[in-house]
Amino acid sequence: MKTNKTTLSDEQLEKFGEEMDAIRQRIIADLGEEDAAYIRKVVKTQRQFEVAGRALMYLPPAWPLAVASLSISKILDNMEIGHNVMHGQYDWMGDPGLNSRMYEWDNVCPSEQWKNSHNYIHHTYTNILGKDRDIGYGILRMDEDQKWHPYYLGNPLYAFALMVFFEWGVALHDLEVENIVAGKRKVSENAALHAGIMRKVKRQALKDYLLFPALTGPLFPLTFTGNAIANLVRNVWAFNIIFCGHFPAGVATFSQEECEDESRGHWYYRQLLGSANITGGKLFHVMTGNLSHQIEHHLFPDLPARRYPEIAVEVREICERYGLQYNTGRLGKQLGSVAKKICRMALPDRKVEERTSAPVAEPVAA
Amino acid sequence: MGLATTVLRSKALAALTSPHGVDRYLEQVNPMWAAHEVRARIVDIHREVDVPGHPPVATITLQPTSTWRGHRAGQHVQLGVEVDGARRTTRVFTISSPDSHAGDRFTVTMRANPDGVVSRYLVERARPGTMVHLSQAQGEFVLPDRVPERILFISGGSGITPVMSMLRSLQRRTHRGHVTFLHYAQSPEHQIFADELDEIRRSGHGIDVHLLHPELGDPNLSPAYLERLVPGYRDVATWACGPAPMIEGVQAAYADSDALRVEYFKPPRAATGEAGGTVSFERSGKSADNTGASLLEQAEALGLKPEFGCRMGICFSCVSKKTDGTVRNVLTGEESSLPDEDVRICVSAPVGDCSVDL
Repeated sequence: MKTNKTTLSDEQLEKFGEEMDAIRQRIIADLGEEDAAYIRKVVKTQRQFEVAGRALMYLPPAWPLAVASLSISKILDNMEIGHNVMHGQYDWMGDPGLNSRMYEWDNVCPSEQWKNSHNYIHHTYTNILGKDRDIGYGILRMDEDQKWHPYYLGNPLYAFALMVFFEWGVALHDLEVENIVAGKRKVSENAALHAGIMRKVKRQALKDYLLFPALTGPLFPLTFTGNAIANLVRNVWAFNIIFCGHFPAGVATFSQEECEDESRGHWYYRQLLGSANITGGKLFHVMTGNLSHQIEHHLFPDLPARRYPEIAVEVREICERYGLQYNTGRLGKQLGSVAKKICRMALPDRKVEERTSAPVAEPVAA
Repeated sequence: MGLATTVLRSKALAALTSPHGVDRYLEQVNPMWAAHEVRARIVDIHREVDVPGHPPVATITLQPTSTWRGHRAGQHVQLGVEVDGARRTTRVFTISSPDSHAGDRFTVTMRANPDGVVSRYLVERARPGTMVHLSQAQGEFVLPDRVPERILFISGGSGITPVMSMLRSLQRRTHRGHVTFLHYAQSPEHQIFADELDEIRRSGHGIDVHLLHPELGDPNLSPAYLERLVPGYRDVATWACGPAPMIEGVQAAYADSDALRVEYFKPPRAATGEAGGTVSFERSGKSADNTGASLLEQAEALGLKPEFGCRMGICFSCVSKKTDGTVRNVLTGEESSLPDEDVRICVSAPVGDCSVDL
């Protein structure tokens, strides 16, 4: 939903930006052993769940446990490790195994392509309509300013399909199929991308749907199904966390005009108002890759995500002083809000009043 | 290659552990287990020279993983340490022990360079048991398999390390020819391997050891001196290692003789970008005409102090974000114009206008 008019003066925006920069400087100066030990512990835990998941497939009574372990492994791998490492959050460690240029995740999307569409396009042009291809991913209508078309009557259906096949959606995202349909992009431009995706898809499919099932011999169908469910669980979880971080009611979108030649302060302002958080316990935050702190992630995408909770305290205090909305809520509330929006956007716009009546500005209380 | 290694390096295991690879799992169980990567455990740290007021020198004994393919005398290795468990820093060190086979222990000898993060850590703080990260042995400055009858080694300062490795290898191979070992040092107290060299000199196995200290009146390196020491030295197989000015002197003395092989830690080839245009360092707001030198040198010429390490494109310490423009990798000649690209500024020279986030 567009806020249109920036509520802060240029001078305030500059001050606001400086305060954000100060947080960044302080955290960067403080990075060290604890952050390194933390991410190594998460990696170790992920590997243990993965090995346990693969091994328990040999024990049919433990099959649900095997699927759960493998699901946890894939969620940790993709979110707290993969997503964050590929943002370069741990590049300062100089460890090739945790370096954004070298890390590859347990997901059909090749990391190289994801880094372009996510780190560059999405994180630079966050929530600018027509620039940020993550608004609806070229499939959904997630904002009033996306023109309605009868195609969008299927919005809830498309969203459900995207949730189930989320890793595939992410893998195909860089192909910009919607721009090919619109005639803005040629199929030939995708040739190199196709090759990269196919390579990765083959490797992922080979291990999850052929090798590991085959290694369990007569249990092949059970292992095959278990691996598919683990991938599905990760898809559903990642989709929901990501949608709750970007699309609950009250999250602002911006026009290209208002972001032309934007100042650093305005960039921070846009990141803040273009995201939403989810409240929860420590374990919940880890399982979301700390993307439950989507606001802090958008403000500081390159800082280790384990720092977001401590940063959040300061960000909320700053928001309070500047009278800015800090969009946060329980998972259930944010999910409901997203679901409502997906359904509402399926239909053509109704009255203007209704469009502006659903901000979820929770009173800021740290 | 044993059965275990064959299995660990198999395509099947690679497919099962995709996309992370076998080593990412093995290291979780035991840091000494590896299928491809090379790591080592420090088993001993021995102070060679400890003159008060001067940086100490130590020999570090390393037990590598079975993936270590061995080395030839004269080669060096990249060695990475995690200082305070967090930031890995990598430097190049010469191997001081004789030729090694796969998986064999070997030693590196180094001075604790006052500005050197890695050498100071290894000499002053590391303890036996510490794990380090390695490359395979590298370098062409080596003894051939068939060693000539007459050999001359010339070294200066810490350049003694590779030729010491060669000398030790010759002894182990029971070389029966004639070896002249010529070494220049600041003073006798600074002499690394002093006791061992003394013993070699007295054992009389056809090895002539000359330790010279020109600052204390010993003769300087010159063609005349070399001729007196080793008549017809230009036709004698020679290995020389030391600081650049000394090596230049040796090269002049040998003219174009094929018998000479030299090594010194050379700076990257200078000025292989293209002069012209403007180089801007955005964070500091400084800019100047592009001289074609590396981005690191141009930044330093403007008074900036970017972080750097090896200055030869190995260690990635100096990686900075090039926000705009084209750079040429001075090692490969490869040009790149991507925006917001991480480049090693020590080996990247701008071609025309260029902006860097520094």
